Amino acid sequence: METFLTILLDGLQFSSYLFIVSAGLTIIFGVMKILNVCHGSFYAWGAYTSAFFIGKFSEMGMPDGWGFLVILASAIVVGLVLGFLIEQVILKHMYHRDEVLIVLATFGLFLVLEDVILIAFGTDPYFAYQPMALLDSVEMGGIVRDVYGLTLIGVAAMVAIGCWFLLNKTKWGTILKAVIFDREMGIAMGINVPLVYTLTFIGGAILGGLGGAYIAPTISVAPGLGTEVIVLSFAVVVVGGMGSIMGAAIGSLIIGLLRALAVHELPQVELFVVFAVMAVVLVFRPEGLFAPAKPRKI
Amino acid sequence: MKKRFMTHALGMVAASALVFTSGIAQAKDSITIAVPSFLTGGAAGPFGIPAMNGAKMVADAINKGTLPAPYNTKGFGGASATLIELDEGGGATKQVAEYRNLVEKRNVDAIVGYISSGNCQALAPIAEELKQFTIFATCGTPRIFEEAPRKYVFRTMGHATSDNVAAAMYVKEKFPDMKGYTGINQNYAWGQDSWRDFDLTLKQIMPNSKASEKTQFPKIFAGQYGSEISAMSLDKADLIHTSFWGGDLEAFIFQGAARGLFKKKIGVMTVGGTAAYRLGKKLPDGLVLGARGPYGILVKDRKSVLNQWFVNTYKNIYGIYPSGPAYQYGQAILAAKIAYDKAGSDASNEQLADALRGITFESFSTTIEMKLGGGHQAATENGYGITKYDSDEGENVVTDVKFYPASCVLPPDGIDSVDWINGGMKGAKC
Repeated sequence: METFLTILLDGLQFSSYLFIVSAGLTIIFGVMKILNVCHGSFYAWGAYTSAFFIGKFSEMGMPDGWGFLVILASAIVVGLVLGFLIEQVILKHMYHRDEVLIVLATFGLFLVLEDVILIAFGTDPYFAYQPMALLDSVEMGGIVRDVYGLTLIGVAAMVAIGCWFLLNKTKWGTILKAVIFDREMGIAMGINVPLVYTLTFIGGAILGGLGGAYIAPTISVAPGLGTEVIVLSFAVVVVGGMGSIMGAAIGSLIIGLLRALAVHELPQVELFVVFAVMAVVLVFRPEGLFAPAKPRKI
Repeated sequence: MKKRFMTHALGMVAASALVFTSGIAQAKDSITIAVPSFLTGGAAGPFGIPAMNGAKMVADAINKGTLPAPYNTKGFGGASATLIELDEGGGATKQVAEYRNLVEKRNVDAIVGYISSGNCQALAPIAEELKQFTIFATCGTPRIFEEAPRKYVFRTMGHATSDNVAAAMYVKEKFPDMKGYTGINQNYAWGQDSWRDFDLTLKQIMPNSKASEKTQFPKIFAGQYGSEISAMSLDKADLIHTSFWGGDLEAFIFQGAARGLFKKKIGVMTVGGTAAYRLGKKLPDGLVLGARGPYGILVKDRKSVLNQWFVNTYKNIYGIYPSGPAYQYGQAILAAKIAYDKAGSDASNEQLADALRGITFESFSTTIEMKLGGGHQAATENGYGITKYDSDEGENVVTDVKFYPASCVLPPDGIDSVDWINGGMKGAKC
């Protein structure tokens, strides 16, 4: 029972991390049909910005609790600035081009932004442990857990509920679904699709930044951290179905829980399990578990 | 007859002049040394940058002739060295291409550096093919000189076997009641070899202790170890071995400390020395810390003139005490100077290799004997200590430091590391 509870909590925690990052990726794909490789950069910039300012505020003697505000602010600022600039300066001029070209452009941007991180923040890692230290730890299932790690589950739940609410209970959600379903018809109905694209890209970028900003206090924020996360995020959205929020949530849960089970019971297959799930889903359901229905065009 | 004599005399003068002038043309005033190190990526901060700083500091002092005796002669065999700083990132394939470029197009005189075992493993045969004098500074895999004899490639620090054999010996000495052990190591050659050597050594010297069946091998740069920490917390083992380095090591320490892992288990970190100065108070007390040899925090207080010069000069220039990689790159540059001083600044790759092969020299923190791998692989002492935060000084220190001589933790020349450990480490002189 003790092991079961531990695996469940570990799996939920890792799933939450995966979901926060991959939700942005899948939203951008769902609406804009862009496989955004530079999503890893939003994550990295979120982590760096958050770690930098948490460290600075701590040096200035500000209370550690400010760290949580810094995390939120970092995600929003990174998403707004990077998301807006990238969409307006580069992607906006490429929408009529082949999707493969757009993927290559985002890959190029990813490489550029990785180097800009080096210029802006240097090569030394940043530590932002204060928010994690503030929340201390609790004993659950016979082992000690840091409360900060557990709050990640709450953050992911809030993101999921927020996305559901936005998509299903607001006018914006209806507009988004209309654009997802049929872009041309949306335009014909008077939807300002370019504006929808800009806001969607910024929203996705904020979620990517939030993933990095929230995880920063638990890691050493070092160059290259965006690379690892983008691979995992792709696995999640492929399993769940590209463009589906529900798919990202279920994909994150499947991968997170299976990975935790592997780490506890058969650590040798931990690496294998993530991509094995992806391979199995691709064989039996190439569009992913929850891919949105595609309109048949004449 | 007179005319014939004059002809001969003129011919001899001309020949002498030719020899003389050609001799001047060959004597070099400057040489170029390529120094690859991680300048980008997760390994840059804890490894690559300190390593490059160590190399630059030592090369600069050699060029100016300001190293302490016996290395206070100016230059590399009299020649001033220009360092080409290169990024080691991008993987072995890229590094092989870069290496060929350095030798065939940029015509560097020597190549000194490399941190990644994967890169060293890939480059050793290329260096031999191109007959290029190369000194590996930090990479750890023992396979480089165990799999094939080398003529042009050297390594001036001990290999990973000594790190893990010394760790096991330290554990036996300080924690004789340890009943079970587990490990978390990166899933590539470095992590797997490190765990293998530690595990095999403990099986030999502490046969009553038991290895966990659930040792962890997460992907390199994974960064998230929540599940692994849970699994190790539930494991009955009372000791955790890790060869993590760089950002992975620091993330593991943060996450493990927040969950009380190192209060419950003994943490043995073979590369922990790189984090000692950087983490400050955030480094938990009581960790068994290694530095891949007698470097960094383990030797900070050694009183030799060379070591004090190294520590103080580095601290003055970079504002932090030197960690292991700084020492390791510094001593590799020093080895290049020794080779050039012996062979001359115009020496061929063969002559430089002959000059370094099998020698013993005093480095900044230890004596280096190039006595393994046919005189190409260094043998040095290796040691461990236990971390403690010194609140008076505001910095981490290590207590209970113990060094094991090279003959205790490294196999004799020509013997494979794994065979040596499995055979009961015959010939080890501890």
